[in-house]
Amino acid sequence: MTPEEQQAFEEKIYAYVGRQVCPPTPARDDVNATMIRHWTEVMGDTNPAYTDAQWAASSRRGKTIAPPAMLYVWNQEGFAVTTGRSSDPQTDMVELFNEHGFTGVLGTNVKQEYFREVSPGDTVVIEMVIDQISERKATARGAGYFFETLATFTNQDGEKIGTQRFRVLKFIPQEQPAAAASEDKLEVPTRIASPRGHDNKWWWDACDEGKVLIQRCTNCQTLRHPPRPMCGECQSMEWDSIESGLDGEILSFTELHHPKIPGYPYPLVCAVIRLGEGTNLVANVVGCEPADIQIGMRVQGRVEQVDEKTMLPQFYPA
Amino acid sequence: MSEYNTLSRTEVSVGDKLPPVAIDITTGLVVCGALATRDFEPVHHDKSAAQATGLPDVFMNILTSQGLMTRYATDWSGPEAIVRSLDIRLGAPNIPGMVMTITGEVKAKDEQTGIVDIEVLGENNIWGMHMQGTVQLELPTEA
Repeated sequence: MTPEEQQAFEEKIYAYVGRQVCPPTPARDDVNATMIRHWTEVMGDTNPAYTDAQWAASSRRGKTIAPPAMLYVWNQEGFAVTTGRSSDPQTDMVELFNEHGFTGVLGTNVKQEYFREVSPGDTVVIEMVIDQISERKATARGAGYFFETLATFTNQDGEKIGTQRFRVLKFIPQEQPAAAASEDKLEVPTRIASPRGHDNKWWWDACDEGKVLIQRCTNCQTLRHPPRPMCGECQSMEWDSIESGLDGEILSFTELHHPKIPGYPYPLVCAVIRLGEGTNLVANVVGCEPADIQIGMRVQGRVEQVDEKTMLPQFYPA
Repeated sequence: MSEYNTLSRTEVSVGDKLPPVAIDITTGLVVCGALATRDFEPVHHDKSAAQATGLPDVFMNILTSQGLMTRYATDWSGPEAIVRSLDIRLGAPNIPGMVMTITGEVKAKDEQTGIVDIEVLGENNIWGMHMQGTVQLELPTEA
């Protein structure tokens, strides 16, 4: 898209800001116990305020209410969407995005505020406008625009019962997603596999067998870790190894909070540990609260299976 | 109130943690959740439509995530709490076969109104963060 094309495109989409997607429209069905029961059964929600009329009668409210998160449910278009949504300013705007390559769609945020609870017999009236469209943004998904609709809900007496802000990213997909194959299976992730190359494969292979080895120069006896081909003291490339007793002291540590990586247990603490033999090792500290970990703390390691595919030294308070 | 207890505003403090809940994401939950929220978009009930978008299976619709998030908060508070707002950021899809673990913590409390902000995180065991946000509950004064 040239700058001129982008400007022409943006003029067209920004013209949608403030446009009404739908005028105040009452839901075809009033709030009713049947739809509430259906919803609570699926959500596993046993809140008696929604479904237990006897309890509700003696509660502060005096009657059952609809689950607040059903606010937008009452006005949904229904089964017709299986064959496409009917035309309104929002679908027209989405089509304009699609025509210009912004075919990706991602709901990113929903904020609902509830001002007044509703009960069976109430009518939920929705009005929706296109409230905001961002400037063009570079996102991890690709270049795109965020648009935000604002829905306002009132009841049959014109009282405001809630609002909903829904933010959607329309973006140019970096690559078209390949259709997934029906035999694709979800695999529970394990930790990131250790990279095993010419110079360190022997170390990880020993770890798989429950041992932490430390490389030793056979010329000057200096220990070194992580594994590498040459001794830093005497430049000899001859080496063997000794097994560590895995007693150590924490030199430094950090707790990983965000982003959480699937396959790793949390809380997750990584420490630099000075082993009794004198070399340092980066490993997890487990078996205690992160708040109890201190620099200088004595720890004892064990090589353990930490997931289906991974053996790693784990250090516990000594 | 009878067998249903509701936390009062004096019983809750900033820093209180809600008990974690693990939810099995089944085809039944995804499809029936979509229908219970009258969301008939094919990607939520038709596996081939979902696969055409690059995902391996049908995926949970937003209104079901919203329902599970408020349920998590009110299961903890009890039925006399009033839900004031729900602010949710969406992450990775929930797909059948996953397990979503929901955790929560009280992050703020207004002594005058009794409104508490509960930060809620729903993470699935395959792709991580599915939903993250805040549920505001107004807690009653002493019963």
